[in-house]
Amino acid sequence: MRLSLFALLLLATPGVWPAPVWTLEQLLQGFAQRAQARASFVEKKTVRVLEQPLVSSGELRFEAPDRLEKRTLRPRPEVLRLHGDTLTLERGERRLQLDLRSHPEAGAFVESIRATLAGDREALERIYAVRLEGSERSWALTLTPRDTGMANLVARIRIAGQGAEVTVIEIAQANGDSTLMSVQRLGAP
Amino acid sequence: MRLRQAGPLAAWLAGLAVAGALAATARYTADLSAFLPRAPTPAQQLLVDQLREGAVGRVMLMAIEGADSAARARLSRELAERLRADARFAYVGNGAMQGSERERTILFEHRYLLSPAVTPERFSAAGLREAIGDTLDLVASSAGALAQALLARDPTGEMARLAAAQLAEGPRPALAGGVWASRDGERALLLARTAAAGSDTDAQADAMQAAQAAFAVAAARLDAPQARLRLTGAGVFAVESRALIKREVARVAALGIVLIAALLLFAYRSPRALVLGLAPVLTGALVGVAAVAAGFGVVHGITLGFGATLIGEAVDYAIYLFVQSSTAPGGREAWLAQFWPTIRLGVLTSMIGFTALLASDFPGLAQLGLYSVCGLAAAALFTRYVLPQVLPADFRVRDLTVYGTRLAGWRAAAARRRWLVAVLCVAAAATLLVQRGALWATDLSALSTISEEDQAFDGRLRADLGAADARYLVVARGEDEQAALRAAERVGAALAPLVAQGAIAGYDSPARYLPSDATQAARAASLPAPGELRERLVRALRGQPLRAARLEGFIADTAKVRTGARLRRADLEGSALGLALDALLQRRADGWHALVPLRAPASGPSALRIDAAQVREALLGSGALFIDLKAEANALYAGYLNEAIALAAAGIGAVLLLLMLALRSAARVGRVAAPLGAAVLVAAAALAAAGQTLNLLHLVGFLLVVAVGSNYALFFERAGGAPAPRVLASIVLANATTVIGFGVLATSSVPVLRAIGATVALGTLLALAFAALLSGAHGDAR
Repeated sequence: MRLSLFALLLLATPGVWPAPVWTLEQLLQGFAQRAQARASFVEKKTVRVLEQPLVSSGELRFEAPDRLEKRTLRPRPEVLRLHGDTLTLERGERRLQLDLRSHPEAGAFVESIRATLAGDREALERIYAVRLEGSERSWALTLTPRDTGMANLVARIRIAGQGAEVTVIEIAQANGDSTLMSVQRLGAP
Repeated sequence: MRLRQAGPLAAWLAGLAVAGALAATARYTADLSAFLPRAPTPAQQLLVDQLREGAVGRVMLMAIEGADSAARARLSRELAERLRADARFAYVGNGAMQGSERERTILFEHRYLLSPAVTPERFSAAGLREAIGDTLDLVASSAGALAQALLARDPTGEMARLAAAQLAEGPRPALAGGVWASRDGERALLLARTAAAGSDTDAQADAMQAAQAAFAVAAARLDAPQARLRLTGAGVFAVESRALIKREVARVAALGIVLIAALLLFAYRSPRALVLGLAPVLTGALVGVAAVAAGFGVVHGITLGFGATLIGEAVDYAIYLFVQSSTAPGGREAWLAQFWPTIRLGVLTSMIGFTALLASDFPGLAQLGLYSVCGLAAAALFTRYVLPQVLPADFRVRDLTVYGTRLAGWRAAAARRRWLVAVLCVAAAATLLVQRGALWATDLSALSTISEEDQAFDGRLRADLGAADARYLVVARGEDEQAALRAAERVGAALAPLVAQGAIAGYDSPARYLPSDATQAARAASLPAPGELRERLVRALRGQPLRAARLEGFIADTAKVRTGARLRRADLEGSALGLALDALLQRRADGWHALVPLRAPASGPSALRIDAAQVREALLGSGALFIDLKAEANALYAGYLNEAIALAAAGIGAVLLLLMLALRSAARVGRVAAPLGAAVLVAAAALAAAGQTLNLLHLVGFLLVVAVGSNYALFFERAGGAPAPRVLASIVLANATTVIGFGVLATSSVPVLRAIGATVALGTLLALAFAALLSGAHGDAR
């Protein structure tokens, strides 16, 4: 009782609490307002056994609330599609379909990007400890997996951007490998 | 006189002792071999083999219904976990990510022996360059997690290839809450394989019980009392139909015996007569079983089921003796002289009719023929030679003349409505003509004891699970395990063009899990020695981001394969891979069988169908056999049905010939045959009009109608159309017992029992009615 009163006081009194310039709420609201987005990407995968990172590039599309498409054009065409809980990968002749609910690790990973883009704070915080730094002009969201099963694979996901634009997605794997994806917004198709 | 009395009695007792010994030591079986022709083709032998021992029969499908989707998913996980720990289940799948660590370890450890991509070209400098380039592309892609983790040990990507192949062959049902679900999402589904064969009904019952018990515990633990577990599959059907038949036969027999006994007691007013009246039935049944045991070495449950119908006729003999002789002047001696020839002709008629079945290639029918012929002969001989001798001197049953007189009045009235038969026959013929296309069931499931609702449920679950019903199968044989595996590899090579054309979606093969020694040796020999490999890698990796120095793990692994042990069946034991191998590589009496199930294309011009001719052509010269199990089973059944129809027709021809020889007058034969023919015709039309498709059992029923009804018709014929009241009473009493016995069968929930019950009850009633209606046609009656 006393604690909550104190909290209320704190929140109600401007100046007592240093109000963050840029809150997670604001960031996610910015995303939530967008119905769709299209961007080009360049992905650099750093693998310990390799001397240089592997580079691939292509296009990303997002359509609220739950459609995400990653279309790789180089070095080899491939389409990764996410709709609801179904993940589809088309690569050459092969077509692979996954239900994310039966692959919780992959599901959690996919959710990091989709929940962010959809502005779904609840989904995001269920899976990750979320930390936001920076200002509206240059922010960085760091997601650390709560589940140990997933933490064994992914150490950290960092999403950085400006305003309602994502510019970088960085994934640090638990084994030291990492992926850096630079994203550039494209105009409406 | 004494000696004459003692002779038959001693013969009967001795015969009973022999028959009892034969019946007691006979082997009884309830398995599907009843359906195997006596001279099966290899395809037919395989069909029955597969149903009895194969993987098909071991599949148990489980559906969790009720509760909500989340609760069903939790129940599915809990149930799967419990059953996986149960030795009665060799495999339990529910779609959730399974602890497939062991499978992955096996695949990884033996990847160079298992991967079909391992060839000398792939391990040349150029081949390595290409393979590693592909793997690096994969690592760069979104599907590269596995390839990335294994890059240093598996740069040619064999593991990713094996994992992808593994995925392609597995079932791909819909998912809800992370576990397999029906397409409408209303059920969670599991696919299990029992350790015991599908034909081991006791073990199947045990496994079903274990599943239900595990589910009850899970449901209680997860607090989901409204959830239910439904099981289906070949083994489940066997258990359920056995229980159902047991229950139904007990119920029907008890009800029938009580009703018949009550009727006979009312008629005879003598418990002693009741007991003596059943003696011919028991004698006949025992001798029939003994004859089948001696003739076939094994007695099918199906024969006993059919054979119970013998009661229908055997019980009549004693009725005729008791009722007709009781008050006759001159008693039993006179009866023997006056009536026995008629009954004898009736018995011979029945025996001739059933003799035709002896020639059947369908063991179930042939056994029924032998059983009926011997059983009827024994019952009749007993009634003729033993029963009169053992009847006490003061033996009397109630005089039924009073009833008989009333019946005689009715008969006379009926005789004036002869036209009714003609009208009914015309209507019946028209009905049959209209329905002639769909008259006979052409599907083996017509003989099934499973309700249509249960069959439909099973079909729905299979479709939802995408569970191969293993309809299309290629079987390759070999003298030993290795020869069978080599044969399977040749089949795979022959099928490859069909996969490429899209004629088949794919195939599974035991050689996928355990390549033959020859193939394993060839793959191992494709791997260069470490020094050579190191050198080739340096050349292959020029300009690539990968250094050969990083690949020492790969080099060590290949070196181990070059000199190490081959993959053996024992290495796979206890894993899902071992299980798949067990299902596909089996030891049989004639050597080893490698089974290669084919998957029909899911879409496209030949969706869900495989062109048998195309596959057979591809397999030409390989010695392997392609079977469409469903078509084969239906063809087998259709063959039996056609044969049975032909045999029944031959039997009826023989009956007419016998009557001709005995009665020496076409008119007299016509008078006996007309009511029987009309009864069969009208009964068949009535069944067809009621929406029944006729099957083998209806046909057997028609033979029984002729067998039982011939006695009625002969009595009418012998008496010039107007039997004495006493005789008429005995006929009606005999018919009443038959109608009660089979009428009770007709109320059964087992389709086969219902079929035979309805046919015979209706048919014999009609036979009697028509005999009375047509009695005016006898010259003397007018």
